[in-house]
Amino acid sequence: MSVSTIPAVAPVTAGDLRRRIWLVQIGFAALTVLACVTAPLIGPTTISLRQVFDSSIPFAENVDAQIFFIARLPRALAGALVGASLAAAGVVLQALLRNPLATPFTLGVSAGASLGAMLVITLGLPLTVVGVPAVPIASFAGALAAVAVVYALATLRRQGLSTNVLLLAGVTLNSLFSAIILFVQYLADFTRSFQAVRWVMGNLDVSSYGPILSALPLMGIAFVVFARLPRALNLLTLGAEGAATRGIDVLRTQRLAFLSASLVTGAAVALGGPIGFIGIIIPHLVRLLVGADHRLVLPASAFLGAAFLVACDVAARTVLSPMELPVGVITAMLGGPFFLWLLIRHR
Amino acid sequence: MTDMLRRRVATITCLVGLLSVLVGAQGGPRRIVSVVPALTEALFAIGAGPDVVGVGSFDSHPPEVASRPRVGGLLDPDMEQIFRLRPDLVILYGSQRDQIEQLTRAGIPVFSYAHGGVADTLSVIRQLGTRTGRADDAARVSAAIETQLADVRARVGDRERPRVLLVFGREPGSLRNIYASGGIGFLHDMLEAAGGANVFADVPRESVQLTSEAILTAAPEAIIELTYDDRMTLDTQAAEIAVWNRLSSVPAVRNRRVRLLLGNQFVQPGPRLGDATAAIARALHPEAF
Repeated sequence: MSVSTIPAVAPVTAGDLRRRIWLVQIGFAALTVLACVTAPLIGPTTISLRQVFDSSIPFAENVDAQIFFIARLPRALAGALVGASLAAAGVVLQALLRNPLATPFTLGVSAGASLGAMLVITLGLPLTVVGVPAVPIASFAGALAAVAVVYALATLRRQGLSTNVLLLAGVTLNSLFSAIILFVQYLADFTRSFQAVRWVMGNLDVSSYGPILSALPLMGIAFVVFARLPRALNLLTLGAEGAATRGIDVLRTQRLAFLSASLVTGAAVALGGPIGFIGIIIPHLVRLLVGADHRLVLPASAFLGAAFLVACDVAARTVLSPMELPVGVITAMLGGPFFLWLLIRHR
Repeated sequence: MTDMLRRRVATITCLVGLLSVLVGAQGGPRRIVSVVPALTEALFAIGAGPDVVGVGSFDSHPPEVASRPRVGGLLDPDMEQIFRLRPDLVILYGSQRDQIEQLTRAGIPVFSYAHGGVADTLSVIRQLGTRTGRADDAARVSAAIETQLADVRARVGDRERPRVLLVFGREPGSLRNIYASGGIGFLHDMLEAAGGANVFADVPRESVQLTSEAILTAAPEAIIELTYDDRMTLDTQAAEIAVWNRLSSVPAVRNRRVRLLLGNQFVQPGPRLGDATAAIARALHPEAF
């Protein structure tokens, strides 16, 4: 488990590297911008951009503007945030746990979030808490609870943070929460348990900016932490001892990595539901494209994750229109085969 | 045991079985278990209530069901409990294949149910009458529903039919995961009978999960939202209706024609189908009543 198959970083000259980092960041950022700008223009209904931005028509009567600003733009923004968050969290956790199979959902965060959402949906609890819908609040609370339990267990036995305990506690908590989720669903009546099952498939149709704005500060904090992590993550992939001998405060790095990745995952799941596959596929895809250096992998994954989820969500809302296709189904169906193809081509 | 003896025992068992089936058919089943809420309700409506010895987890109508033992539902039928009740007729969902097979193997007659349109509901009630030896009562109940529907149609028939979005599921407090009626099934039929034109009539499905774009584009003139939760407080109801205000370009929202109808009669197509249709018609055409 502790044997890493995440490749170590090959040395390059400082100037070369800086230039590569900039190129990669600009390239992937352009892709994200392209996705976010194009996505609101695509949809089953033809809308006129002139009418969208025509201020002489009141917004309440401007259908094109409502389709653009309510049905499409918030989805693209939510998709970009959730995609970037899950992909970046995947990179950080794979490095932290030194396990290429780690995902943002490995450590119980998504199961905790799902349990929270499920309780609100199946028990029919109050629908808003101070004006914010209860489902995202409950799912974020569930995510925090899971993080707290896993973190407490991993720091309980010894001074440091045991990544092995972290991993095992996370996996066990996932199973335990899943069992409770099944139990709650089993007791709930059919319509409600169906709604709960639908929530798990992910949905970015937020139809307003409130949920995005409430997730943004949490994601912002996490990304500020992420920006400081790449060099330390590079050394962590060599192992805790190796990193310590090169002057890294291992415990502090592990703690920051774990908490920021969990925070961003909790916020992303509260916003879009537990959308699978992005957190594992995007980091590996990016590694195949730009190598293993986290200074490249982390920002590139965030940008590509954003672009990929925005694109998948366009498919989710157009392919079967007027029906919505669960976006989690699309990420898995597009991402899986594509990733396998890349894997075969590169080996 | 010799072969001869074994054959004789088998023959006698067959004869006894056949005889009991014939007697049962004449007198009608006396111990009925139903896990389908709409049909439990129908059993009581056709006068077979006293013969109902077990009901499903979600049965709530008529109030008499409260005194009957619960035997699970669509996903979790308690077979042991069903067998223990020694039923001579069990009503299950057609999709409960394993359970139907178990009961058939045990020689217990099964009435399997699948819902469809309004016409199917009426025919299921009549079939149930035939199976329980109460064909006349069932015909009366089904005719009463038809009369109610005809009355509703007569009241709203010559009025302008608003384009209606009929919603039956949504994530509470938000416009996410909205489920609405497509162009087939009892909800669609009820809406059309109630004098509404289903905006998603051309989608050949019973249920459609909608994007907010689909709703903005469809621009319904009225939105009827059904919820089986009849204990929802007035504050919650007002809050749930207010959620729609976000889609202010939709005529239904602009003209305050978003209505919430509470009760399980809207989602369980049974004897109250006529009442439910009338309630939808009243919400769409208050001036006709």
